Amino acid sequence: MRTLYLALKYLAILLWSSFVVFPFLWALSTSFKTANGVTSGATYLPWVDYEPSLLGWESLFGGAGGINIFGPYLNSVIVTVSASVVSLVLGTLAAYGLSRFRFRAGFVKNGDITFFFISQRILPPIVLAMPFFLMLQTLGLLDTLPGLVIVYIALLLPIAVWVMVDFFNNVPRELDEMAWLDGCNPIQTFLRVILPNSLPGLVVAGMFCLIFGWNDFFFAFTLTFTNTQLLPVAIVSLNSSVTPWWALSAACLVSVAPLLLLAFLAERFLSRGNLAGAVR
Amino acid sequence: MLELEELERSENGTCILGGVTARFAPGKLYAVLGRTGAGKTSLMKAIAGMQALDGGTVRHNGEDWAKRPPWKRAVAMVYQQFINYPHLSALDNVAFPLVRRGLRRREARERARRELERVGLGSMVDRRPSQLSGGQQQRVAIARALVKDAPILLLDEPFVNLDYKLREQFREELVGLLGAETGTVALYATTEPREALQLGDEVLLFHEGRLLEQGEPRALFAAPSTVEAARVLSDPPMNLLPIEVRAGAGNLGSLGAVGEGTRIAELPDGRYHLGLRAGDLTVGGELSGEVVLTEVSGSETITHLDTGDHELVLQEKSVVRHEVGTRVHFQPHWEAALVFGEDGRLLHGRREGGHG
Repeated sequence: MRTLYLALKYLAILLWSSFVVFPFLWALSTSFKTANGVTSGATYLPWVDYEPSLLGWESLFGGAGGINIFGPYLNSVIVTVSASVVSLVLGTLAAYGLSRFRFRAGFVKNGDITFFFISQRILPPIVLAMPFFLMLQTLGLLDTLPGLVIVYIALLLPIAVWVMVDFFNNVPRELDEMAWLDGCNPIQTFLRVILPNSLPGLVVAGMFCLIFGWNDFFFAFTLTFTNTQLLPVAIVSLNSSVTPWWALSAACLVSVAPLLLLAFLAERFLSRGNLAGAVR
Repeated sequence: MLELEELERSENGTCILGGVTARFAPGKLYAVLGRTGAGKTSLMKAIAGMQALDGGTVRHNGEDWAKRPPWKRAVAMVYQQFINYPHLSALDNVAFPLVRRGLRRREARERARRELERVGLGSMVDRRPSQLSGGQQQRVAIARALVKDAPILLLDEPFVNLDYKLREQFREELVGLLGAETGTVALYATTEPREALQLGDEVLLFHEGRLLEQGEPRALFAAPSTVEAARVLSDPPMNLLPIEVRAGAGNLGSLGAVGEGTRIAELPDGRYHLGLRAGDLTVGGELSGEVVLTEVSGSETITHLDTGDHELVLQEKSVVRHEVGTRVHFQPHWEAALVFGEDGRLLHGRREGGHG
């Protein structure tokens, strides 16, 4: 009975793993194919089913008909990381304030302010595109990295606030009160007691910010022309009358690599830092 | 000296603190007794500055603390939940308030180590709270409160979440630990009358946010000023029997006539309430009642009896099994009964040398 249970368990794990890993294997395989390899039916094993080629990878690094991915890659890293860090810092501070202190201006209360932050993500991107475009144009920041960073902060801040408000609401207030009685003012309480215990929340919020920032195509496309290009736009620019699946597959793998690495690293922090032992 | 004057707080029309006025002298342990929601925690948080007040003042050594934030009040507190800083070791948890106060880390850690040894955790200083049992976690919290040498120590049901045995042990230890803190005003909130009477140099009775009474435990137990105060002080619940007295005697139906040899004989005609504690009924005698419920609490048995026109609670100092539905004979000791007027105010307290 136990053997059967184990067999079924591992079968389920195997099926799910295949489901998750297969698209990556498929993309990896495709990235080493040529036009013939892609169009001549499903093939899986290099040198057996098809003759591998570096054409797809070469086109990412300045090869014929391709792009140089370094510039857009660096731009994406700069924009995503800067916007995520700023959003996380501001969002965490805002979230702590919203979670711990009562604000009231007429009928507007804490819940309304939190909703105001989140509501920016409810609007369809196209609604925001025009105001963002005009704002950046007025500031002379269209098609620049700082312009994109500002826009991405506006897009990522709601995510950080949303995740962190929820996280802080679940941190017992008694922990703050205890810190007060031990001589910490609210800022010291936040920095010395709450923040060191907020790693799981920060990791989740940071992950969301990085993922949403990294993967955004719409604003990267509408707010840039020729000077500044982010990775998603560069990848799309690979496309032509004949879709270069080999180059796109290679680009996808390169694009998704940092997120995968991030997920592995974050998972360790998620399981390590928690509030066990705060209040029992 | 800690003085509270007319502390007021209400939320959504519910009285949280209703005009609480009290004085606390250093070197004494004050037991704050009341049921859940009576205002004990709110009182402590008001003293600590963490409960906004609608009115009233908290004064320490003559200084009004109205504008003094919690982090500038010389108060230490232990909650009923075991609250510690999860990211710090037991040693750093206890050293934390000292470091915040400006002590050098090394010196703070040395004092913290000594305090942890005092509470019996000398061998676990490097463990994180999550690596400690509930009792050990609460010891860390107590050590952190004591290490500060704060002139005001607030203990909000600190042992309520511990098991029975550990609670007994902690209670005894606490008295020893507090003995050393001679200049400290210590408030100990509890829902258990026995604990309050046992621990407190003085007892404060709270009900629905109001301070009913404050006094020395024996005096309070013998003569609580109102029915409500007597109820708060009685566990198991006190038997409250309405009685009409005519010519120095009254009839309690199935419990017979009461008068001669009791306070009732001295009362003028009128309606009263007799308060007979469960321990003032003993097994045996002519009267009897049907067993409705039997509870064993520690080494005592509490039996609920139905006499037909009265429901009585009887307490025996041994573990006895009374089958539900059977009849138990009992003897009320009317000379120990408290006599309350119709308005609920005490007219006659428990006679010295009364039963129990």
